[in-house]
Amino acid sequence: MTASRNDILEGIRRSLGRSGPVDGERAAELRERLANPKRNLVPARADLAEAALVDLFQSMAEDVFSTVDRVADMAAVPGALTDYLKRENLPAQVVMAPDGSLDGAPWEDEPLLEIRRGLPLESDMVSVTSAPAAVAETGTLVMFSGADHPSTLNFLPETHVVVLPADRVTKTYEDVWDLLRQRMADSENGLNGMLPRTVNMITGPSRSGDIEQTLLLGAHGPRRLHIILVAADNTP
Amino acid sequence: MTGSTPSQFKENAVRQLADKDLRAALTKSKGHFTGGRQNAMDRLPEFDALRDQARDIKDHVLENLDFYLETYEENVISSGGTVHWARTAKDAQDIVLEICRSVGATSVNKGKSMIGEECDINEALEAAGIRAVETDLGEYIIQIRNERPSHIIAPAVHLTKSQVEQSFRETHTHLDPDRVLEEPAALLEEARTVLRKKYFEAEVGITGANFLVAETGSSIIVTNEGNGDLSQLLPKVHIVLASIEKVVPTLEDASTLLRVLARSATGQEFSVYTTVSTGPRRAGDPDGPEQYHVILLDNGRTGMLGTEFQDMLRCIRCGACMNHCPVYQSVGGHAYGWVYPGPMGAVLSPSLLGVSEAGHLPNASTFCGRCEEVCPVRIPLPKMMRHWREREFERHLTPRAARMGIRAWAFVARRPALYQWATGLQMRAMAWMGRRRGRFSSVPLAKGWTKYRELPAPEGRTFQQQWAQQQKAGRR
Repeated sequence: MTASRNDILEGIRRSLGRSGPVDGERAAELRERLANPKRNLVPARADLAEAALVDLFQSMAEDVFSTVDRVADMAAVPGALTDYLKRENLPAQVVMAPDGSLDGAPWEDEPLLEIRRGLPLESDMVSVTSAPAAVAETGTLVMFSGADHPSTLNFLPETHVVVLPADRVTKTYEDVWDLLRQRMADSENGLNGMLPRTVNMITGPSRSGDIEQTLLLGAHGPRRLHIILVAADNTP
Repeated sequence: MTGSTPSQFKENAVRQLADKDLRAALTKSKGHFTGGRQNAMDRLPEFDALRDQARDIKDHVLENLDFYLETYEENVISSGGTVHWARTAKDAQDIVLEICRSVGATSVNKGKSMIGEECDINEALEAAGIRAVETDLGEYIIQIRNERPSHIIAPAVHLTKSQVEQSFRETHTHLDPDRVLEEPAALLEEARTVLRKKYFEAEVGITGANFLVAETGSSIIVTNEGNGDLSQLLPKVHIVLASIEKVVPTLEDASTLLRVLARSATGQEFSVYTTVSTGPRRAGDPDGPEQYHVILLDNGRTGMLGTEFQDMLRCIRCGACMNHCPVYQSVGGHAYGWVYPGPMGAVLSPSLLGVSEAGHLPNASTFCGRCEEVCPVRIPLPKMMRHWREREFERHLTPRAARMGIRAWAFVARRPALYQWATGLQMRAMAWMGRRRGRFSSVPLAKGWTKYRELPAPEGRTFQQQWAQQQKAGRR
């Protein structure tokens, strides 16, 4: 094992015409580049003020066949979810992430809606999660794994409903890295300086074009990705 | 594995040119990819500037590859993962088998990985009595047909839907013969149902990596189906197979490369699933793998550094070069005889397999230059194919007749008077012979060329003669 490691690293150095590891000033520069990551060119597309930014997120998400409902506040979320399930002819039965930010909605208003919190089972048709961030640039939702968000909720059920407070919509991927670095530095998050195990960036429902390039939704992941966008100033 | 080797390129190509199903499949796919890329470019004014940065990031990494690999390794370890170094494909196979045995695995799920193909991981697993299941729809189709991928991002692009249906009927013996499976949607439904069961049976999941992030010790995969995610989330063990040049410094650098990857590949603004994985599941995580292993494969890449082929290591495997290549679009990916087809394969395969095995591939080019034009990291593919041709010639691997032809041409071309006299004579003779039909369906010494097309008859004078005449007539 260590023999292979040395062979490969020494092979690289020999090919690059160096006798040993990068050192001195150059090593310091490289370490600095890693310690304080700089943004490269960021497309101007998402350089917008709040309302326009959320509009861009919605139109980009709809372009990739996500569906979006807008509601005024968290109080309207349970009703919007029930309506969506009815519209799509889906059972009023969901598995929901044990995520505290979803507790603010009055789920008891929908007594016919059956909710289980935790991991999805093979038989679950619909999952409901929140998303800690979303990227307007490409209509992308971002999910972090953790005790409050099993990653399998993003993939196993055929329908994934995401409750997204509008103020979590950021401009670009780089904004998400900044948010993650803040969380990593914050000792209360329990990340111990590491990224969450799984960061899922999700841009539309699952699809495949592998048979004659015909676009088909629902290859292995969800067939439907529905976003309930909750207006900015009413989030708990 | 059915199929052939790169050394048989000419025979393969002749066979593939006559394959009607392949013609039908490639005709369908061509506009889809090239049009998609063009649309995505048109929507992003910064696209070309991003390509420059993408190239520069990769160049920076290659110049400091040892540093970034060591930093990456350090951060994988500190997040609870394990790094294995593999000099060769055989080393990578051994490491995979060792990990599988350590957890008593009998079934392994695979997300699409070209490094997995390069190392023949499935064959090694099957030989050790471990079932390997490809989960990407395209990879699954070619696995049950016992074929190699014919395209790096669309492995089954060479097949028509009726060929897929036939393969499903042969393999899925539970299928009701009366069930209609004509449409792609019905085929996908069948594959989804069969594979869903297999996700829960595997002890080990293997994925590739589009990028490895030195800053955080993470691996990134990009998929549209979600198969790579289920393959890595459900089993106990997640193994990442990656070649050493996949490392990038930071998440910001990965973002720049991601911005050009999907647009160049499928024309999407962003792939459906971009997943950043760091170490095994954490205390309190309700799901995710308990073990996280990364296998870093060299397999000849360190030998490309510092040579005229170093730029090839910038490749991010988008497939744009093959989507825009007239040769690939005619002969398909299988003609290339190995994992990597098209222009990128014509440069990479001789580097990894040797010029005596894969030296024919760089000849499969019209030098139209489209591959370099569309490459998101601006790899000078035609120039590198020329380097390989020179090496092939120098090492006397070019056929005798071709070598003699090139020598004879060089002799004449270096003597302008002789050249002009000989070509003038030839043009007049051909114009006279072709005066009635205006074209030839067979020409001595060029039978291979005229087999598939006709040669228009010249009008009687050479280019140089026409040029001289026009100069005389006072035109510029």
